Amino acid sequence: MSTKELDFGEHAARGEWWLRYAAPQAFFPLAGRLIPYFVVLAVVFAACGLYLGFFVAPTDFQQGEAYRIIFLHVPAAWMSMFLYVVMALWGALGFVLNTRLSGMMASAIAPTGALFTFIALWTGALWGKPTWGTWWVWDARLTSELILLFLYVGFIALKASIDDPRRADRAGAVLALVGVVNVPIIYFSVQWWNTLHQGASVSLTRSPSMATTMLWGMLLMALAAWMYAIAVCLARVRLIIREREREMAWMRELGGGE
Amino acid sequence: MNWGSVDGFFHMGGYGLFVWGSYGVGLLCIALEVIALRMRARRLARTAGGEA
Amino acid sequence: MLASLAGIIERDLRLAFRRKGDVAQVLVFFVIVASLFPLGTGAEPNQLRAMGPGVVWVAALLAALLSLNRLFAADYADGSLEQMLIAAHPLAVTVAGKTIAHWLTTGLPLTLLAPLLGVQYDLPGAALGALVASLALGTPVLSLIGAVGAALTLGTRGAAVLLALLVLPLYVPVLVFGAGAVGAALAGLPHGAHLSLLGAFLVFSTVFAPWATCAALRIALD
Repeated sequence: MSTKELDFGEHAARGEWWLRYAAPQAFFPLAGRLIPYFVVLAVVFAACGLYLGFFVAPTDFQQGEAYRIIFLHVPAAWMSMFLYVVMALWGALGFVLNTRLSGMMASAIAPTGALFTFIALWTGALWGKPTWGTWWVWDARLTSELILLFLYVGFIALKASIDDPRRADRAGAVLALVGVVNVPIIYFSVQWWNTLHQGASVSLTRSPSMATTMLWGMLLMALAAWMYAIAVCLARVRLIIREREREMAWMRELGGGE
Repeated sequence: MNWGSVDGFFHMGGYGLFVWGSYGVGLLCIALEVIALRMRARRLARTAGGEA
Repeated sequence: MLASLAGIIERDLRLAFRRKGDVAQVLVFFVIVASLFPLGTGAEPNQLRAMGPGVVWVAALLAALLSLNRLFAADYADGSLEQMLIAAHPLAVTVAGKTIAHWLTTGLPLTLLAPLLGVQYDLPGAALGALVASLALGTPVLSLIGAVGAALTLGTRGAAVLLALLVLPLYVPVLVFGAGAVGAALAGLPHGAHLSLLGAFLVFSTVFAPWATCAALRIALD
C-alpha cells in the first residue's frame, strides 16, 4: 500500500504523519497490531488491581467487605462518562476534518460505553442494597448514570435507523455533541434535585481517610478498564471498516479483510 | 492477607452475594461483548467468502 | 432578515390554523394524561398537591414531544424543505421561524391551559403563578431542543419512537427546574432562582440549538 492512495496523502507530505492514520486503510492494520498490547495491559492491570482490592486493601470498618464493589463500580462509572466524551470528540473531529474514520470510531465506542454504564448501574444497585438497604436510590450519581445510559441508547438507535453510513455518522456526531454539552447540565440539575428531595443523609462520598491501597486498587482497575475499552473499540472499528469498505479495492487486496 | 480460608474469601463477610454478583455480571458483560465481536467477525467472513 | 423570519412564522401559523385538529389533539392529550394520574394514584388532596407540579410538567413534556413530528416532516415530505435550504436567507432564519411557530402552536397553548390542570391538583394561587411562569420559560426550550431531534430523525425508520428516545433525556434539566419552581412555590419558598435557571437554559438553547438543527437538516437533505 503506497501513501499516494491515501485520502490524506497531502497531509502526510506536509509532515503531519499522524493524519495518515485518519484513513481507514492505514488505520486498519495499525489497529490490528495494537490490539494484543492493550489486551495484555488490561489483563495485567486488572490482575494487579484485583489483587490489591481483594487481598491487600483492609476491610472497611463501616461497610465491611461490601465496599469491595468499589473496585469495579467506580472505574466503570468513570469509563462510562469518559467514553461518552471521547465519542463526542471523534464526532466533532469527523465534522471538522470530514474523515470517514471518525464516525466509525464513534460507532465503535458507543456499545462499550453503554456496557460500562450498565455495569456501573448494576454494581451500584448491588452496593446500594447492603449499604442503604434498597436496590435503587435516586442518588444524583446513579440517576445521572441512568440518563447517560439513555443517551448511549439514543445514539446507537439513531445510527441504527439511518441506512446510509455516512449520513448516520454525521447525524450521530451532531447528537453526541448536543449530548456532551448537556451531560454537565443534566448532572448539575439532578444533583440539585437530589439535595432538595433526598437530604444529605445518604451519600456515597467516601471518608477523607480513604486507604491508599484502596485508591491504588481503584486506579489500577480504572486503567484496566481503559485498556480493555481501547482493545475492544479497536477490534470493533476494524469490523466496521471491513463491513463498510468491503467493496473497496484495498480491502479486496487484503482478501476480504483477513 | 485478609482471608483465612477459601470459604471466607467467597463468603466476603456475609456480602458474598453482592460482591460476587457485581463482579460476576461485570465479567459476564465483558465475555458477552467479546463473543458478540467474534460472531460479528465470523458472519462477516462468511458473507465475504460468499461474495468472492 | 426579520421580514423573512416573520414570513416563515406566518406561513407555519397559517398552515397550523388550517389544520386546527393537530393543535387541538396535543392539548387534549395534555389534559387526558394529567387527568389519568389521580385515577391511578387516588385523589387524596395532599398527595395530589405533592405530585401536581411533576405530573403537569411531565404531561406538558410528552405533549410537546408528540407535536415535534410535524415540525419538519410535512415540509420534508413535499420537498419544500429542500427549497428552504437554497433560499436567499440563511437556513438558521428558517429554523428559528419554524421553531417559534411551533412554540406558538404548542408551548403557548399548553402554558395557558396549565392553570386549569393545576386547579385539578388543588394547587394554590402562588403555585399556579409559578407553573405558568415556569412553563412560559421552559416550553420554548422544549421546542428548541426538540427541533434538533426532529431534524435528526427526518426520514429515519421508526422516527416517532426514536425522537422520544433522543429528546426526552435532554429534557431532564427543564423538567427538574420547571417542576422544582412550582414545588418551591407550593412550599412557600422563593422560586426566583429556578426561573432564572430556566431563563439561562432558554438563552443557552436559543444560541446553540438552532445551529445543531441546521447541521442536522443539512445532513438529512444531503
